[in-house]
Amino acid sequence: MLNLKKIRADFPILSRKVNGKPLVYFDNAATSQTPQQVIDVIVDYYSNYNANIHRGVHTLSQEATDKYEAARQTIQAHFNAKHAYEIILTAGTTESINLVASGFASILQKGDEIIVSALEHHSNIVPWQMLCEKTGAILKVIPMNLEGELEMDSYTQLLSNKTKLVFVNHISNALGTINPIETIIEQAHNVGAAVLIDGAQACPHIKPDVQALDVDFYVTSAHKICGPTGVGMLYGKQEWLEKLPPYQGGGEMIDQVSFEKTTYAGLPHKFEAGTPNISGGIAFGAALDYMNAIGFDNISEYENELLKYGTKELLKIEDLKIYGTSKNKTSVISFNIKGIHPYDIGTLLDKMGIAVRTGHHCAQPIMTFYNIPGTVRASFAFYNTKEEIDVLVNGVKKAKMMLS
Amino acid sequence: MQSIKEIQEEIIDEFAMFEDWEERYQYMIDLGKDLPLIDDQFKIDDNIIKGCQSKVWVHAELNDDKIAFTADSDAIITKGIIAILIRTFSNQHPKAILEADTDFIDAIGLKEHLSPTRANGLVSMIKQLKMYAIAYQTQLD
Repeated sequence: MLNLKKIRADFPILSRKVNGKPLVYFDNAATSQTPQQVIDVIVDYYSNYNANIHRGVHTLSQEATDKYEAARQTIQAHFNAKHAYEIILTAGTTESINLVASGFASILQKGDEIIVSALEHHSNIVPWQMLCEKTGAILKVIPMNLEGELEMDSYTQLLSNKTKLVFVNHISNALGTINPIETIIEQAHNVGAAVLIDGAQACPHIKPDVQALDVDFYVTSAHKICGPTGVGMLYGKQEWLEKLPPYQGGGEMIDQVSFEKTTYAGLPHKFEAGTPNISGGIAFGAALDYMNAIGFDNISEYENELLKYGTKELLKIEDLKIYGTSKNKTSVISFNIKGIHPYDIGTLLDKMGIAVRTGHHCAQPIMTFYNIPGTVRASFAFYNTKEEIDVLVNGVKKAKMMLS
Repeated sequence: MQSIKEIQEEIIDEFAMFEDWEERYQYMIDLGKDLPLIDDQFKIDDNIIKGCQSKVWVHAELNDDKIAFTADSDAIITKGIIAILIRTFSNQHPKAILEADTDFIDAIGLKEHLSPTRANGLVSMIKQLKMYAIAYQTQLD
């Protein structure tokens, strides 16, 4: 059981008003809110030990380096990576994906195949298209069904010894579907292909174990897990990270530099050129500590309750259709009301203090599949309540009345 | 004929009667519903202004030195704002359209809809109205 009152008190933003109404924040799939414990860590860094890391002999630099590396270990422990140096701190999911895509440009040959799913976010489509343009590799797509689930039979058929890479999100951002990544990884490995899992939407709800998954690359962003924006992670198996060339050149990532030849630093620094987001990295660790103290089992159990309740209550509204009806989904409800544009509903809900997302959620292929301009998406976090869902349901009813 | 400024002041007066956001938005929704439909032959990709959220179609014609605009959108609130913009700018001389501003939108409490980051196509629509005005003004000169 979660102590909702205590949890909500941790998030200062939850007590603010929007358009004169108490904020109901249901845009958690876009970004989560930040608890005071994490905000304090950022303030503490700038107030007490702001310094550049990894090269100073002075105390502040040493303290900052220690905390930054301790955060890496927290992240390693959370995802159960074998080594801390397999955790590369990046600017976020998108940068992590681009880092791997750019590295594979030197590995892929013309005619090689890479596979993405129809459920992807643009940031897990576009980098691979760019990679294909560069290398002559061919992009294949795992189709989806009306429930918003991947057609696994088609996936099996797409795999061959030409397949070099498979990229799938752990959970779809637009629909909330949990993909069967264990099977996807196992089958890809059977044909010798590597797998990258985009965990941006999964990490707020579940605790992935990268060794148990045997996944080659796993990426995520801190700002979806109560951390700050502008920081995220790339987990890569050591052998893959050693095989990939550096992504960006600069300070931190070198061993020896002369004008004749530069040798690169070892992992993880090879991929961390320049001064990183130091306070962000430390706060990322603090955010994981915060969520682990509440417990991911408790979080997912409660969010599931919210999902069930929200689905039941929203479906009572006539002409309301939910997109993404898989039994395996997280607390995301993407919906439309017949004859009403999602933008109109979102605009009126905002007037009532309710934050939802409207539009194509950066997943246009999914909207094209359903032949809709977009959806209204309400996504719940562990700090939301059933009472807030009631406010949403009444708000949608009111918007529908005004718009019909 | 009313000038653009006079029409805008009239709209500001109308909106001043509303007591809260609900009345204001209900009025806009009704305006959106009553907006004369754009002729289907003009609701084509060439006339579309793509916003991330809602689409807007605009068509312009020159009649007796004045520009007549018709427009449409797939979202009704966007359409309501289009109705207000058309009421202001349509059947006006190109020069008057070029000189006019849209500050009155702020005065009627709808400023957020004209934010460039809102991605509903309205900012681009106003640009498009002005582009038509420039084009027709050049013809008249």
